[in-house]
Amino acid sequence: MPGRFTDRRLILANLWVALLAFGVGACMAVMQAMSRADLELPFRSPKMYYMSVTAHGILMALVFTTFFIMALGYVVVDTDRGRIPWPRFAWASYGVALTGTVLTLGTVYSFKASVLYTFYPPMQAHPLFYIGLTLLIVGSWGWCAEIIAAWRGALRERPDRPVSLALHATTANAMLWVLATLGVAAEMLLQLIPWSLGLEAKIDPLLARTLFWYFGHPLVYFWVLPAYAIWYTVLPREAGGKLFSDPLGRMTFALFLVLSAPVGFHHQFMDPGIPAGWKLFHMANTMLVAFPSFVTAFTICASLEVAGRLRGGTGLFGWIRTLPWGNPTVASVLLALLLFLVGGLGGLINASYAINSAIHNTAWVQGHFHLTVGSATALTFMGTAYWLIPKLTGRALQFELLAKIQPYLWFVGMVLFAMVNHVTGLLGMPRRIFEDAYAGAPQAIPWHGWTLVSAFGGIVLFVSAMFFMLVMLGTLFAGARVPQEPIVWAESLGEPAGGYTPGVWDRLGLWFVVAVAVAAIAYGVPLWHLVHMTRYGSPGFHTF
Amino acid sequence: MKIDRYEKIWMWASGAMLCAFFATMAGAAIGSSIGPPSHVQTIDPQKVLSDPLFHQQGTWVDRGGRVHATIVATAFAWLPAQLTLPAATPVTFHMTSIDVLHGFEIVRTNAQATLIPGYVSQFTTQFAPGDYMIVCNEYCGVGHHIMAAKMAAIPRSQWRPTMAAPDVPPAHENGHDSH
Repeated sequence: MPGRFTDRRLILANLWVALLAFGVGACMAVMQAMSRADLELPFRSPKMYYMSVTAHGILMALVFTTFFIMALGYVVVDTDRGRIPWPRFAWASYGVALTGTVLTLGTVYSFKASVLYTFYPPMQAHPLFYIGLTLLIVGSWGWCAEIIAAWRGALRERPDRPVSLALHATTANAMLWVLATLGVAAEMLLQLIPWSLGLEAKIDPLLARTLFWYFGHPLVYFWVLPAYAIWYTVLPREAGGKLFSDPLGRMTFALFLVLSAPVGFHHQFMDPGIPAGWKLFHMANTMLVAFPSFVTAFTICASLEVAGRLRGGTGLFGWIRTLPWGNPTVASVLLALLLFLVGGLGGLINASYAINSAIHNTAWVQGHFHLTVGSATALTFMGTAYWLIPKLTGRALQFELLAKIQPYLWFVGMVLFAMVNHVTGLLGMPRRIFEDAYAGAPQAIPWHGWTLVSAFGGIVLFVSAMFFMLVMLGTLFAGARVPQEPIVWAESLGEPAGGYTPGVWDRLGLWFVVAVAVAAIAYGVPLWHLVHMTRYGSPGFHTF
Repeated sequence: MKIDRYEKIWMWASGAMLCAFFATMAGAAIGSSIGPPSHVQTIDPQKVLSDPLFHQQGTWVDRGGRVHATIVATAFAWLPAQLTLPAATPVTFHMTSIDVLHGFEIVRTNAQATLIPGYVSQFTTQFAPGDYMIVCNEYCGVGHHIMAAKMAAIPRSQWRPTMAAPDVPPAHENGHDSH
């Protein structure tokens, strides 16, 4: 067996969980999109629908993403360092995370935890739902330790050289994850687990919600940063060019580390109990955290222009035509970028203090995050899988034609599903509803045509997801043996002779300390006020 | 760090744009008090229906002539199920939940509030004449999609409150932090 990757089995083990979660999650999704449009399905019922929404959220947003990101992190470390620091510990962490995933999904599929992936109390799930998710988080901490240890090893070995941009990005993400998950760990250990076990009679839902969103917004950057890392370090080379600016890439990831936590109140703009001033402060931080994304947009477009021109493109826009649109990896990422453009601008609206109330918790929101995590992240990850699996297994992509079509189908599906959901949201339709009829209310009538279009988009997305699964399973089981190519990160344009020297943005340890300080200010004061109010708490309810 | 000239222009431009976005929202918030409901007041969620403000639900007029609406959310209904308000008149909504989270939304308006058991949500707004629908936009359980109520805004001259003003301190009426 070719053995370019020391940790090939560990990487594949993580990828398998991610792939299976994605495949099952996609099956849940298509039923939900059809149910919302009042289309009849076998076993359709509200109980089934809300269980399905929960399962889809957990599988896609927490399981698929986390395991894929862990696999990708190990790929980066293995590529740069030759091996991961502590393989046995990594396997143990994998075991913990997988056990947690199985426990949580067990409670969901037995209808004991239809509380959605946000699991707001006082709706109460089975204790194993919370314990399972906690184990998934604990397992991911093991991954963070591996990444950070590898990064420190690289620094010790060559203190005069910056680590690769890929390792820099992965380390920033691991640090971000450590900081973010402290919030959800506190919610689980201090509130949800004792309360669901009956050790505590009551829970404060606002405190729980606040701890959740302290975690919940950096969670979205945890999903997006690995996609950004692929855009910076893989896409330019795959497209046939060079990375336009390596130093600004380093700045981008350091800024995300600092700014992703102190923004959670923009998910709670409509909440009572949080003073308006703190909501405004979090909005200001949210606008700041958009800045590194704008920088990324420029750098990535410029890198693509370099590639397009090297491939013979001329004129103002001729370089776009000459990009390799038939390469499944490049096509996935290009289309993900286009969808993310809309998703990101929509995000600025979500983050806007007063405008948010026009779209809060409407179908707009599900439209938004299907363009961000569902496209920028998921479609980039699919493109990454097309690039990675042959290098990892020494097998050529099976059903390559399907792989070429699949990203375009995803794009069309998302335009029909997610963009249309933005419209339905502006018309006021709430998110997460079993059907759109509202007993024939006149205000609900305009929604129905749009939900039919989004149901059709859901079917297109399902076909695309199944093409992806066919290519993956086909490649893993039956791909033709080919020589393994090594992973080579994209070269940087304008790299000085003798290479870069470490700059201030390379000092991730420093930025981690700044991130802790910023988060402490943004959350310390409002949380202090919250816990010092006379609060009454609530018992648990099972309304699902 | 060497930065390309065009990229530098782009960075300044996008930074300026983000600052302008923030300034617009902050200006509206501070200058015209336009912002999301951020009332800070707690209540025992198990005693809501014996609370002076919430034991009856409906519309009322306070001593100063201002119009109020008291609303309680429960899985899966709004109390009251039909709300009639005077059009073009500021109305202060007082709302809470007696079980799980609910999301108060008047469809195709920006009247929105998350209702959290243990906390009182409050905001003041006004409506053009017409028929409206109130829905729940925060997942609350197996009947989330049927949790709806009717609302009408009618000319002030034809409007009557449904109940007497509750016996609560004025601080609870005018929307100031009463905790």
